[in-house]
Amino acid sequence: MRYLPLTDTDRTAMLGVIGAPSVDALFSDVPEAARLGGPIEGLASHASELAVERHMTRLAAKNLSAGEAPFFLGAGAYRHHIPASVDHLIQRGEFLTAYTPYQPEIAQGTLQTLFEFQSQVARLLGCDVANASMYDGSTASWEAVVMARRITKRGRVLIADGLHPHYVSTITTMARFTRDAIQYAAPRLEAGCGEEALIAAIDGETSCVVVQYPDILGRLPDLAAIAEAAHANGALLVAVVTEPVALGAIRSPGELGADIVVGEGQSLGVGLQFGGPYLGLFATREKFVRQMPGRLCGETVDAAGKRSFVLTLSTREQHIRREKATSNICTNSGLCALAFTIHLTLLGEKGLRALAAENHRLACLAADKLAAIPGVELVNRSFFNEFAVRIEGDARQIVRDLAAKGVLAGVGLGRLYPDQPELAGGLLVAVTETTTEDDINALVAGLQELLA
Amino acid sequence: MARYFTEEHEWIEVEGDTATIGITEFAQSQLGDLVFVEVPTAGTELTKGAEAAVVESVKAASDVYSPVSGTVTEGNSALEDDPSLVNSAAEGEGWFYKLTIADTGELDGLMDEAAYKEFVAGLD
Repeated sequence: MRYLPLTDTDRTAMLGVIGAPSVDALFSDVPEAARLGGPIEGLASHASELAVERHMTRLAAKNLSAGEAPFFLGAGAYRHHIPASVDHLIQRGEFLTAYTPYQPEIAQGTLQTLFEFQSQVARLLGCDVANASMYDGSTASWEAVVMARRITKRGRVLIADGLHPHYVSTITTMARFTRDAIQYAAPRLEAGCGEEALIAAIDGETSCVVVQYPDILGRLPDLAAIAEAAHANGALLVAVVTEPVALGAIRSPGELGADIVVGEGQSLGVGLQFGGPYLGLFATREKFVRQMPGRLCGETVDAAGKRSFVLTLSTREQHIRREKATSNICTNSGLCALAFTIHLTLLGEKGLRALAAENHRLACLAADKLAAIPGVELVNRSFFNEFAVRIEGDARQIVRDLAAKGVLAGVGLGRLYPDQPELAGGLLVAVTETTTEDDINALVAGLQELLA
Repeated sequence: MARYFTEEHEWIEVEGDTATIGITEFAQSQLGDLVFVEVPTAGTELTKGAEAAVVESVKAASDVYSPVSGTVTEGNSALEDDPSLVNSAAEGEGWFYKLTIADTGELDGLMDEAAYKEFVAGLD
């Protein structure tokens, strides 16, 4: 069969049927100012493959990438060493799909890895049950909020000031459709996490309290106290973990009383990848499982009595429940979940604890050295592998100046909170096992020089 | 005491202004093995035709609508642990909830047992 593109006659006939004068007229809803009137200026209309490759290589060489320089960026995306075997295994033909199985039971290997992924996530987050993943940490956070709404039949959400502002933005955007009332204010650059104020704000209308742990400034809020206050008012505690490696060192949110624990799984197996694709973690108590969004893989036996795996409790999902489904997600981040599981399997519990300890050791070293610089003050009383410092001046400018010297110093809070000038002096510094002592010394020397 | 039926296959047994509500034998046979039932809690205000409960069988989930308006006085907690009660005794032990009827006039449009039997026979 030959593929024949549309002729002008075909187009005219089709436009005639729907009563549109031209193809352009179909785009009349797009404002004039947002439309492209002609070719993009300065972009050649054609070039050879080789010429394009050379051009792109030259452009790429202008970047200073994470692996090339002392690197201290975090704020929700963490650079960790990913064993080469992870990439090798996920690229096997049997596994290589970024998507969810739609004839699932035929792919027993895929279901088995999802089952193992769920088991790992549930144990890591300290919950009874985890799903087969969400899109990313921010969308998982929204799903937790709307799940709390279904369970409590209430519509008031309290967000702790330490939740990543991008996550806050996702929740606020989606809450426009459910009309949940969101209470949130940006954090202050101080060691306390404001638990007292948060607890005082919980009332009989509160559906859930959303708390990041460790939070955006690297602080560790007292989840147990917040959980107790939430439960006393019939509200749920939603804990958000953006750095799961931390759970190799600190107690899990589930253990501390969180009812729904969500997170960003990127730091295990997935890599920075220019910001995506990432992987949302989602876990909860068994009694809430029917209100949980997303795919869920279960273990069973086949007709011959052999261990096998199925997608289960699918009546929660969109393809069966339609508009009454728990979520419009009917898929998962299959390939990223696989990478997470392989990495965590290679680490094992002992490996994860050792990895967490090494992250914390290096972070302590960096914090001590930075705090000793005149003009730099450590904000945190406690942290895992990321902390905030207060610097005299604009931290974003300092980050730019240090990048020019070949040091990627961290994330200036002005970047995350452009409307909060009082946070402009805050710098978030993340330190992982990929950071060397030489890297830390380079950061300290660079900062010292700039502030002198 | 009188028992009425709806076109959505709910039954309602009325005594004075209190009613017991469930799904019919025909409904359970169409749904197959039930794995989960969610019933309303005491105090819930329901209007006629509103979603009152949810039933899930292995591959389908359906809503149960309230045949009349009223205030729920009790949900059948036994169904939480043993949803198969609905399969074994849909019109007895497998009841869903009891309510205080707000307006007994709403019962007028419902079918009696003979009319419901005829209605079901007409569905084939």
